[in-house]
Amino acid sequence: MPPALTTRALVKRYGRTTALAGVDLEIAPGELVGLLGPNGAGKSTLTKIVCGVVRSSGGEARVCGARAGSRSARAAIGYLAELFRFPDWLSAEEVLVLHQRLASSRGGADERKDLLGLVGLTDARRVRVSAMSKGMQQRLGVAQALVGRPRLLLLDEPTSALDPAGRRTVRELLERLREREIAVLLNSHLLSEVELVCDRVVILSHGRLVAAGAMNELTRSRGLEIETDAGVRLIEDVGREQVPQVVRELVAAGEDVFSVRLVRSTLEEAFLELTGSDAA
Amino acid sequence: MNAALVAVYAFRETLRRRVFLAVLVLTTTFIALYWLGARFVFSKTSGFSGNPVVDENVVRGASVFGLALFATYFLGCVLAIFLTLGAIRGEAERGLLQPLVARPVGRSSLIGGRLLAAVLVCVPYVVAVYAIVLAITRHTLHWAPDRQLEPMLALMLAVTIIAALSLLGSVFLAPIANGITVFMLLGIGMVAGLLGQIGVVMKIHSLERIAEASSWIAPFEALYQRSLFALTAETSGVTKTVLSLGPFGGPQAGPSQLWLWSLGYLALVTAAVLAAFARLDL
Repeated sequence: MPPALTTRALVKRYGRTTALAGVDLEIAPGELVGLLGPNGAGKSTLTKIVCGVVRSSGGEARVCGARAGSRSARAAIGYLAELFRFPDWLSAEEVLVLHQRLASSRGGADERKDLLGLVGLTDARRVRVSAMSKGMQQRLGVAQALVGRPRLLLLDEPTSALDPAGRRTVRELLERLREREIAVLLNSHLLSEVELVCDRVVILSHGRLVAAGAMNELTRSRGLEIETDAGVRLIEDVGREQVPQVVRELVAAGEDVFSVRLVRSTLEEAFLELTGSDAA
Repeated sequence: MNAALVAVYAFRETLRRRVFLAVLVLTTTFIALYWLGARFVFSKTSGFSGNPVVDENVVRGASVFGLALFATYFLGCVLAIFLTLGAIRGEAERGLLQPLVARPVGRSSLIGGRLLAAVLVCVPYVVAVYAIVLAITRHTLHWAPDRQLEPMLALMLAVTIIAALSLLGSVFLAPIANGITVFMLLGIGMVAGLLGQIGVVMKIHSLERIAEASSWIAPFEALYQRSLFALTAETSGVTKTVLSLGPFGGPQAGPSQLWLWSLGYLALVTAAVLAAFARLDL
């Protein structure tokens, strides 16, 4: 089975501005990848090229082996844009019917019921978009992106308008997509969310890929945090294997040990280090 | 198939936006005014020329119906422009277009559907208004144009060209800028047409050449002129001369290849829309 997404030396220029300066990326089927980067890093441009909304200036992008933007590539993707809107006179069900027709999906009423259930909008199927809250529209957007059983889901800030409960719904949904072998490229500013659900993280900065890897590859050990009767202290440069030795030494020195915890840097710290940003 | 699907949704959106209601009210007002005007013209202008050689009925009928033709053309153009001025850039700015473009539907289907929806509204509108004012003219003024089908066909094609031009503008311009541009284009065409009429009456060849050039550049205006010309195409003599001095001047038949050129122009504009939209980053 070909990778869900491959990009090779992908370049996009808008006039004199280079949005992407040669990005190489691969996403395996069923893999959940977080796309991070500061504002203007090229995340949305990358997503838009993959779904055929923007044309690349150079390099190559392939979706399930087909050239990005081609009809077969677009048939394999589901896309939720950062800024999107549905005609406000349509109901949730009618939005899905429209997209089923455009995607030539044969899922029918069963697919619509399944998708509305997945995003927690079962009771809102007859509600018009104009009467929906922003969070409901966002969840409908996720359901729309899943029409036609895509093999690659591109989500551009899918939880930006959601409350904590809505975010949890989307997180659980992403976990379920993993079971369905649907690859996901999740573009989000919410690093904690990415940390919770993604298998791997890709970080872009100034149109270049500056880091890619699993969470434990991007973060580093900060040492051992120990709570004793003398208080809480951090012992740096200590790995998991050295923990018993450190505890033995403390006990031998007459200290009472209450808790021991290996501390790693957070994704936010790794992100800030790699991009040189002050904020995500 | 996909173009038809997009057309159906664009058509439903038109209904939803209450465009039809506004158009219905305004058109009803226009038709009522026209009927009233035609009745007054008929009852108050008996023997107005004082010249037995002039066919007063033709002068009356052609002048009043010429006004109706202009209104039909103008209202049809307004409808075509407002239905298409924000079709691409406007909808992309609102985030409505991206979810559709990402689907396995050709961009040509999306744009074709939008043009089809606009044409399905504007052309029947022109036909309906033309048929109603023709019926009023026949009944009230007891006059009918020399050629009855040609003016309607010319207006139908003119309005379709305007819709295509507005759609082309919507690829490059924001809705308001596009609306202003297309209306100004329409105005420039009208001015060029009027200059041509003045040129013919006053025998100023340079003005005639301007009008001829405008026929090629803006065939929608030439089609409107052709529709006016067709009203009294078979009329001759003093009556024809009197008509050429009337409020609508001496309308020109335009180039002999006008129909062919207009269809070719429409095809060129449509191809330009398709090419521009295919290259557009959203």
